[in-house]
Amino acid sequence: MDLAYSKEYEAFREEVQAFLAANRDNVPKRFGSGRPSEDQQRWQKLLIENGYAARTIPAAYGGYGAEPDILKSRIIAEEFTKARMPLGLANQGVSMLVPTLLELGTEEQKQAWIKRTLNGEIVWCQGYSEPGSGSDLASLQTKAVEDGDDFVINGQKIWTSTAQSADMIFCLVRTEPDAPKHEGISYLIFPMDTPGIEVRPLMTMTGYAEFNEVFFTDVRVPKTQIVAERGQGWFVANATLKHERGMLGDPNQAGSRLAAIVNLMHEETLSGERLIDNPLFRDRLLQLQARVVAMQFHGLRLLTASAKGESAGLAGLVVKLMGCELNHQLAALAIDALGELGVLYERSPHLREHGRWQRSYMFDLGLIIGGGTAQIQKNIISERGLGMPREPKAMKKEGAR
Amino acid sequence: MEFGLSEEQRLLQASVGRYLEEASALDHVRKAAEAHAPLARDIWEGACELGVAGLLVPEAYGGLELGLLEAALMTEMMGRYVAPLPYVGTAVMAPLALMKGGSEAQKDAWLPKLASGEVIAGVGVSEVIGVRDGAGLRFENGQLNGTCLFVIDGPAADVFIVADLAGQLYLVEGQAKGLKRIDLTTIDLTRPVAELQLTNVQASPLPGGTADVTAEIIDAGRIMLAADTLGAGDMMIEKAVAYAKERQQFGRVIGSFQAVKHLCAEMAAELEPCRSLVWYAAYAQGAVPADARVMACHAKAHLSEVGRFVARTATEVHGGMGFTDLVGLHYWFKRIGLDRQLLGGPERVREEAARIQGWAA
Repeated sequence: MDLAYSKEYEAFREEVQAFLAANRDNVPKRFGSGRPSEDQQRWQKLLIENGYAARTIPAAYGGYGAEPDILKSRIIAEEFTKARMPLGLANQGVSMLVPTLLELGTEEQKQAWIKRTLNGEIVWCQGYSEPGSGSDLASLQTKAVEDGDDFVINGQKIWTSTAQSADMIFCLVRTEPDAPKHEGISYLIFPMDTPGIEVRPLMTMTGYAEFNEVFFTDVRVPKTQIVAERGQGWFVANATLKHERGMLGDPNQAGSRLAAIVNLMHEETLSGERLIDNPLFRDRLLQLQARVVAMQFHGLRLLTASAKGESAGLAGLVVKLMGCELNHQLAALAIDALGELGVLYERSPHLREHGRWQRSYMFDLGLIIGGGTAQIQKNIISERGLGMPREPKAMKKEGAR
Repeated sequence: MEFGLSEEQRLLQASVGRYLEEASALDHVRKAAEAHAPLARDIWEGACELGVAGLLVPEAYGGLELGLLEAALMTEMMGRYVAPLPYVGTAVMAPLALMKGGSEAQKDAWLPKLASGEVIAGVGVSEVIGVRDGAGLRFENGQLNGTCLFVIDGPAADVFIVADLAGQLYLVEGQAKGLKRIDLTTIDLTRPVAELQLTNVQASPLPGGTADVTAEIIDAGRIMLAADTLGAGDMMIEKAVAYAKERQQFGRVIGSFQAVKHLCAEMAAELEPCRSLVWYAAYAQGAVPADARVMACHAKAHLSEVGRFVARTATEVHGGMGFTDLVGLHYWFKRIGLDRQLLGGPERVREEAARIQGWAA
């Protein structure tokens, strides 16, 4: 146990701090929603040049080309957060498509997409879930039928965030309808302005359209736009889902939420008494604080294991479930402490922090469900972490004879 | 930066675990518990040969001079095998009290004997945290008067470290005139506690044993109780999973039903992050003074809550068998139950964590 960083890392930290101090004026003033603003693209370029974004992506594909070093990545994240300066882009293209192409794409695909995705020129959306295929993603029905040099795609996707501003989609389609469900799927990439694609915003309980539905009607995509082979799409997608699971349930987010609630409970009063002086709310705060610190140290434990190249096993599998639940409980405490003020919304008078807590409380429920529901997580924990038997397969219905 | 155990720490923990796996196998635990004897001497002597009693004691006094993290790893094994042994009082809190607050003469007289395990020390500090049934000690003219409840490792003790109501520490010999010891039976027959009644008992103050030192040894004790729950909870999950993979109903093992799998997953998901919290809390006591007190409180309170959840859920996964004496699961259930209340239950400890952070008066 040694929480100090070695000299090499301390020197690196100083380097990052110096960069941040020198570049405070270059921080983007405007941010795009979905599509990065020009300001943001300039900032991204600067970060890549200095090795603070796309750090381990080979320079030949537009990255910085450093050796993977998880401690350095953490130091970058820590220092940027401390300085309240924005980290590099972490959209679905950067965090999911790029690692997938690096692992499984052809040279041509890597050249064509990685650099422009990293720069923020190209925005991607993810076409995985369908109305009938959520937790059972492999049952997806959007079909791609071969016709000459093209696939012709028909079907529907849902929960497609940023679809309205995306240039491209990475999409799972069924190309082999007669194969077993996991072996009949292919992974295609194609432009969102291809004729036959319709995007409809999907309003959620928060009152915002954080997601979309995407409809495909006779969408023609050249067969060369496939990643890996026909029928291997499920395995390609699993390579990306692995990256997504790491993104959700970040314990540092819980830490900053807790700090914000501590603040709120010191500032807000009820009948003249500060909320922090109310023993019931205070006790809830302390219960959650213990959970937050446990998850933070749990994160350090996983980081250490990962730096040593060890598999974290069970310890790694619990992060999504526990992290998302914790964030939701933090938002719930903030709302309860605010009481009537906590249910004000939109642009109501007396609204606190633009309705941040109420929106989080609702949106976080979406995160508990999305990216593998809490129940799917529990299946994963019990099966892969504890070695319990898989759910027996449902009996196939016999056709009438 | 390395957050985890060293190879030496892993080996140390594994060696004590291997010893207890046999020495503290369920039939031995049962025998010791049913005997209602103050000490299972054979198990204790074997553990002392491995050095567990003198883990924290400086080498100059015959100990291993290791830290609280190592002590927590030992305690975790005690909980894992529901070892019917004194530990938190005699091997952690008492040596720490002497090391931090004892006179040279007190250290010379007692530390070597505590380190070897030939002497067992009970620790009575419960009243510093909260007074029940009018207990509490007062010191006047070199003598202590009053009662002291829930003395940890008390029934087997030859000597006691006790605190008066102001938090000052004293050493009282087991044979002292005017000292009466009454064993208190708790749900956990593997670790009885004691009540001390003192009438004009000669006691020597620990010269440096101020209220601050008392708070430090209480923090250390809390981390150990958390570690004990961690070990006990870990074993309960293992037993629940093993049982669920074996027990058949409706023509399949019950571990293939999601209703049962999800209970097991919830237990594991709750307990796994606790391990890092206990490690850090123990490590922080020496290394990160600013975090030390709050983390000790959080470890104690959070493990108490998670421990309770695991204890009842693992019992439920065992169905009716979990409720019987036959499988002995209740030893773990009760162990976790006792850990929760000693040295302050979670509500009181959280309030203390709030005070330390300046969030409560």
